[in-house]
Amino acid sequence: MISNLEAAIPMKPFERRAPESVRLSVAEPVALEPKLTVRNLDAWYGKNRALHDVSLTVAPRSVMAAIGPSGCGKSTFLRCLNRMHELIPGARAEGTLLLDGKDLLGRDVDPVTLRRRVGMVFQRPNPFPTMSIRDNVSAGLRLNRVGGNHDEIVERTLHQSALWEEVKDRLGASALSLSGGQQQRLCIARALAVEPEVLLMDEPASALDPIATAKIEDLIHELKERYTIVIVTHNMQQAGRVSDHTAFFYMGDLVEVGPTEKIFTNPSEKRTEDYVTGKFG
Amino acid sequence: MNTLRWRRFVNGFWTVASGTGVLVALVPLASLLWLVVSRGAPGLSASFFVSLPTPVGEPGGGVGNAIVGTFFMVGLASLVALPVGVGAGVYLAEKGDGPAGWVIRFTAEVLSGVPSIVIGIVAYGLIVAQMKRFSALAGGVALALIMIPSLARSTEDFIRLVPAALREASLALGVPGWKTSLRVIIPTALGGVVTAVLLAIARAAGETAPLLFTALNNQYWNTDPTQPTASLTVQIYNYAISPYEDWHAKAWTAALVLLLLVGLLNLMARLLSRNRMAGAQ
Repeated sequence: MISNLEAAIPMKPFERRAPESVRLSVAEPVALEPKLTVRNLDAWYGKNRALHDVSLTVAPRSVMAAIGPSGCGKSTFLRCLNRMHELIPGARAEGTLLLDGKDLLGRDVDPVTLRRRVGMVFQRPNPFPTMSIRDNVSAGLRLNRVGGNHDEIVERTLHQSALWEEVKDRLGASALSLSGGQQQRLCIARALAVEPEVLLMDEPASALDPIATAKIEDLIHELKERYTIVIVTHNMQQAGRVSDHTAFFYMGDLVEVGPTEKIFTNPSEKRTEDYVTGKFG
Repeated sequence: MNTLRWRRFVNGFWTVASGTGVLVALVPLASLLWLVVSRGAPGLSASFFVSLPTPVGEPGGGVGNAIVGTFFMVGLASLVALPVGVGAGVYLAEKGDGPAGWVIRFTAEVLSGVPSIVIGIVAYGLIVAQMKRFSALAGGVALALIMIPSLARSTEDFIRLVPAALREASLALGVPGWKTSLRVIIPTALGGVVTAVLLAIARAAGETAPLLFTALNNQYWNTDPTQPTASLTVQIYNYAISPYEDWHAKAWTAALVLLLLVGLLNLMARLLSRNRMAGAQ
C-alpha cells in the first residue's frame, strides 16, 4: 500500500525523506507485480553457453544483487536485461525477458528505446571526456533531443547521486577533473537523467576506494525508493548491505535466488553456502 | 657485492651503447638540417617569399608563385582527400570488422605502398591525357591519391583509441549507434584526427614525383586549376638540376622554406596530439 501511495506522489526524492521505519517497509514489495521477469534465459557467446536456463523475478523498487565467482555469467545476465550483450560479436540470448510484463528480447523491440527505460552504470567510471560536468549529466537528454529544463534535471539528478554539493560551483569544468568516486556518481546522475525505470549496475564500486564505495552504497539505498536496481557485485558484504534479494550464479547456472538474509544465513543449496562462507570463489 | 658491480657495469655499458645509437641516428638528420640551413639561409629574404622567379643571372627573385601553388594544390587535394580519407577511416573503425572492412584496409595498405611516381602516372593518365594539358587539377588529384590511404588508416587508429566504455555509456543512455559515433566517439578522437590531417597535408606538401608530369611548373602566378602550376618541390628540382650556380643557391633556399613549412605542420600536429591524448586518458 505504502509503495502504491508513494508512486502517486510527484517525485522529488531529495525533499522527500521518509522516516526509517517507513522506508524499511518499502523494502518488502512482495505483493507487487514484478518489474522484471526472466524465464528460461539462455545466453551464448558464439558456441560457449554463458547462461543456462535462468529464471527469476525482480520486484519494483527493490535491489537485486547478482553474486558469484568470475565468469559465472552474472555480468552477462545484467547485460541481457538492456540488450547490451548484443554489442559483443557472436553474443545472443534466448528465452523470455519481460519488463512490466512486456517482452524485451523480441526482434520488433528497439534496443535504443529499451535502454532509455533500463539504464546502466558500469564497472569503471566512464564520463564523456569532451564534455563538462553539466553536459555529461544532460548528455542522454541532449543526444536524444529530449526537451524540458535541462538545468533543473541536472541539478535534481546530481542531488540524487549525492554529488551536487561537490560540483555545484564548477558545472562547466571537465568531467575528468573529478575523482574516480565523483566520476562514478556523475555517471549515475547521467543514467538517472534519462528517467529510466530500472538501473543496472555492473560492479559500480569495484574501482573505488572504501569511502567512495560507502557513498555509492548509501546512494543505492536512496535510489531504490524510486528505481528498480539490479547490481552485480564481487563483494559479498556489499551484496548483503545493499540488496533485498540475492541471486547466486555459478558456471552459467542460477543456483539460488531469494531474500538476501536467507541466502547469506540459511541457503538451500550447498554450493551457495560454500560460496558465501568463502570455501571457494 | 660482485654481482652488484657486474650489474652496474652491464647497466652502464648498455646505457652508453643505446646513447651512441641515438647519436649515430641523429647525425644524418643534423647534417641535413645544417646543410639546408647553412646553404639556404643566405638567400632568405622577405622578397624571396613573394617574388616570381627570375631568369638566370638576374639578381633577386623568389618562389612566391611556388609557395602559392603548393598551397593551392594541397588545398585542392584536401578538398577531395579529407572527406574521403576521414570518412573511410571512420567507417573502418566503426564498421570495419567484416570482409568489406578487410578489403578496404588491405587496399589502403597497398595504395600507401605504391611509389609516388606511379601515382603521378595514374593522375597523368586520368587527367592530363584527357585534358591534353598539365594542370593544378591533375596535381591535386595525384596528391589526393597519396593522402587518402594514409589518412584513412591513421583516422581509424585514432578513433579506435577511444575507449569502448564510452560507446557503451552512450548506447546505455538509449542513444542510437550513429549518433553515438557522431557526437561521442568522433569528438573524443577529434584531436587525433586533426593530427592525422595535418600529417597528411605535410606529406603531400613535400611530394615531388606526383607533380612532375601532372602540374608541371609555371614561372608565373597561377590559381587556375586548368593551368600548369608551380610548386615548391618541383621548383627545387628544376633549380637543382640546372647548371647555374645562382639557381643552385635558390634551390637551397627554397628547400629551407619547404622544410620550415613541413616542420611547422608536423610541430602543430605533435602539439595537438599530445594535448588531446593527455585529455582522453
